[in-house]
Amino acid sequence: MISIENVSKVYGTRHGPRQVLHDVNLTIHRGEKIGILGRNGAGKSTLIRLISGAELPTSGHVRRTMSVSWPLAFTGGFQGSLTGLDNLRFICRVYGTPIEPSIPFVEAFSELGSYLREPVKKYSSGMRARLAFALSMAIDFDCYLIDEVVAVGDSRFHEKCHTQLFEERKDKAMIIVSHNPAYIKEHCDRAAVLGNGTLQLFDRIDEALECYQSQS
Amino acid sequence: MVGFVNAGFKRSLTIQARVIGALLMREILTRFGRHNIGFMWVFVEPMLFTLGVAGLWTLLRLGHEHHIDIVSFALTGYSSVLLWRNAVNRCNLAIAPNLSLMYHRNVRVIDIFLARLVLEIAGATISLVVLSLFFISIGWMSAPADVLTMVFAWLMLVWFSVGLGLVIGSISERSEVVDRVWHTITYLMFPLSGAVFMIDWLPRALQEVLLWVPMVHGVEMLRHGYYGERVTAHYNLAYFSSVNLVLLLVGLSLARQTQLRVEPE
Repeated sequence: MISIENVSKVYGTRHGPRQVLHDVNLTIHRGEKIGILGRNGAGKSTLIRLISGAELPTSGHVRRTMSVSWPLAFTGGFQGSLTGLDNLRFICRVYGTPIEPSIPFVEAFSELGSYLREPVKKYSSGMRARLAFALSMAIDFDCYLIDEVVAVGDSRFHEKCHTQLFEERKDKAMIIVSHNPAYIKEHCDRAAVLGNGTLQLFDRIDEALECYQSQS
Repeated sequence: MVGFVNAGFKRSLTIQARVIGALLMREILTRFGRHNIGFMWVFVEPMLFTLGVAGLWTLLRLGHEHHIDIVSFALTGYSSVLLWRNAVNRCNLAIAPNLSLMYHRNVRVIDIFLARLVLEIAGATISLVVLSLFFISIGWMSAPADVLTMVFAWLMLVWFSVGLGLVIGSISERSEVVDRVWHTITYLMFPLSGAVFMIDWLPRALQEVLLWVPMVHGVEMLRHGYYGERVTAHYNLAYFSSVNLVLLLVGLSLARQTQLRVEPE
């Protein structure tokens, strides 16, 4: 279970403090799939980062009693001057997963060939996306945090990611943030709408979609 | 309840050890690479410098009136500088190149500092030990009088480096001024840090001023251990450890503050 209790986040900017999230509450159980809808700049990525623990809330608590992935967003999570393979080794070490068994999977899934042994900064954005996704699938989590998956990749790679996430890992919990209502409707059991820094949770997806549409 | 807290603490320690191990490998790869002589630069660089200084001083015939051989004097002095200078330099601006790795929850600001500190401290220590053994074996240096005192002095200097590294590393994330000012301070501190003199050689008034500089106490103690009663060393362990304790506490609390401010890419 993940429970988010009275979480607020304030960022310091040049124009003074800016409150991005205001007193957010949410609970996710094992196997549950929750969608979070929000416009650009509504604070979706911030919320996902707080849930992952990459950033800490200004006030409130995030409690995790299951393993939670880092935000899967096709970028970030690796270091540019290391090779793809060294990044895989780093991630395996950090999460305490054996390295050798993960290599064939990442080789096959990323289709990077000899580029896996080149520094990541030499990759094209498509290659980075393939590496990022392959790395995040190499570690087994109870809950995956997915940030705008729909945006990147050609259709064949998109299909592969879809299979890995929603078929191979269909019993896992997922939190998906998106501004695309159709995507949320297709994959989630419940949905919430993020607007003006507050989170509104709905039991039925359709209610959430209605609320989201009426915001615009 | 105690058992539970204990288990949580043990688990946290395991995770932190894992993360620091992973960061160490990452640092070694980007710092020394897979080409050239790689990791050996850790002690080849100080070796060249020590040889250079020893050569220069021999030509100028410095130190003879103090009945001290130049090679050992240069080695004990420069190794101490190397320890705190490199440890702090590597903490300076350490977060930015690792920001993307902080996407991973267990990778914390303090782990990045600790990984870099471990690497630099290991490098400086290997350099001191290897070079001492080498110079002793070829007869350029005599064996140390009291190894235990040297080890103690070295550990005090390590403590100082960790504290100062955490402080400079944390505040360098807040302002670019720190980076620029720190480099100037490093150059100024090199001659003042006790590496190129012994307090006893100096006039009384200067002695009192220089004994305010914390690392002077570490170097004096290190040389006391090496030369034994051949030199008169001036150091105050109470003063040095108080400074170290304050630096460490301030450093830890600043690192915690930095953790709250950090925003992964």
